[in-house]
Amino acid sequence: MILGVSYDLLRWEERNLIDEAKKAGNKVIPLFTKDLTFLSSEDAGYQDMEAVIQRNTSHSRASATSMLFETYGFKVFNDSLTLNRCENKLLTTFLLRSRGVAVPRTAIAFSRERALEIAGKLGYPVVIKPIEGSWGRMVARAQDEDTLRSLIEYQEFTTLQYKTIFYIQEYVNKPDRDIRIFVIGDEAPVGIYRENPKNWKTNTALGAIAKPLKIDEELRELALKVKEVIGGFFLGIDIFEDKERGYLVGEVNGVPEYKNTVRVNQFNVSGFLLNKLTEVIKK
Amino acid sequence: MMIRSAMVSLKCPVCGGEVQVDDNALPGEIVEHDCGAQLEVYSDHGRLSLRLAEQIGEDWGE
Repeated sequence: MILGVSYDLLRWEERNLIDEAKKAGNKVIPLFTKDLTFLSSEDAGYQDMEAVIQRNTSHSRASATSMLFETYGFKVFNDSLTLNRCENKLLTTFLLRSRGVAVPRTAIAFSRERALEIAGKLGYPVVIKPIEGSWGRMVARAQDEDTLRSLIEYQEFTTLQYKTIFYIQEYVNKPDRDIRIFVIGDEAPVGIYRENPKNWKTNTALGAIAKPLKIDEELRELALKVKEVIGGFFLGIDIFEDKERGYLVGEVNGVPEYKNTVRVNQFNVSGFLLNKLTEVIKK
Repeated sequence: MMIRSAMVSLKCPVCGGEVQVDDNALPGEIVEHDCGAQLEVYSDHGRLSLRLAEQIGEDWGE
């Protein structure tokens, strides 16, 4: 297989993916986004490239390069539609709820006044999140209306694209952990618990400890259902465990990191992904 | 595991000091120099070179 890897930062994942692909006898074309240009009057080049794996860290670069490669007829994993559905939390949450996937109670408002009003309906504490963002950045918990008012004001004075849209969610009283499960192709083979007894935000980027996940049938089915709704080929799905309601899908990541998952599970994510990709390409 | 056979000597764009980089480094690889600078490998017309790494952007993530 001749495989392009689209990236803007060579982290452990991209290096591992390239090494594993070469080891399996594939030809790899590293597509370093900052060195790429596209001219509408010319072909993109790389005529023999059979697939592109999308690994850009910047959401805008990921979305743009997936879209551009698609317009030139290349198969891109994940495709731009999937990436947009993942990157935009409003879209993720409301698409999932429309298809009956359990999500935390989430409110969207377009003004400060309505945001405060609907937060009262959710009940404090609430969590406010930027529509687009990752690694727990700017995700904040408001214990009361006064705090939420301040957080809304902070958001209004950022340069965020969606600064005037307020995404407010119930605070799920989960154990000191959440779940990250991976969908690769048509399987959900591996995942981790992300534990952090010191911070309610369980992103590993914020110090949560990864532990191997025991995947039961319910979790596997849920992950595959999320994939059916969101689309794509390689997803990292974040799930909360609620005492009464069971699993609630928090977020879906379209360019997931997996270094810690490989380490604690001794599971070769890159190798599995490449095998699945070969199956898809041959179909 | 990838076998890294040789190193190339490049110049740190911040302090001017010498930085050893694997000769199979790819553009986008991050190198931390002794002077504290975080540097990004890039291809300058086919030659490996170093520039100051980009700071984490507000749209970076998973």
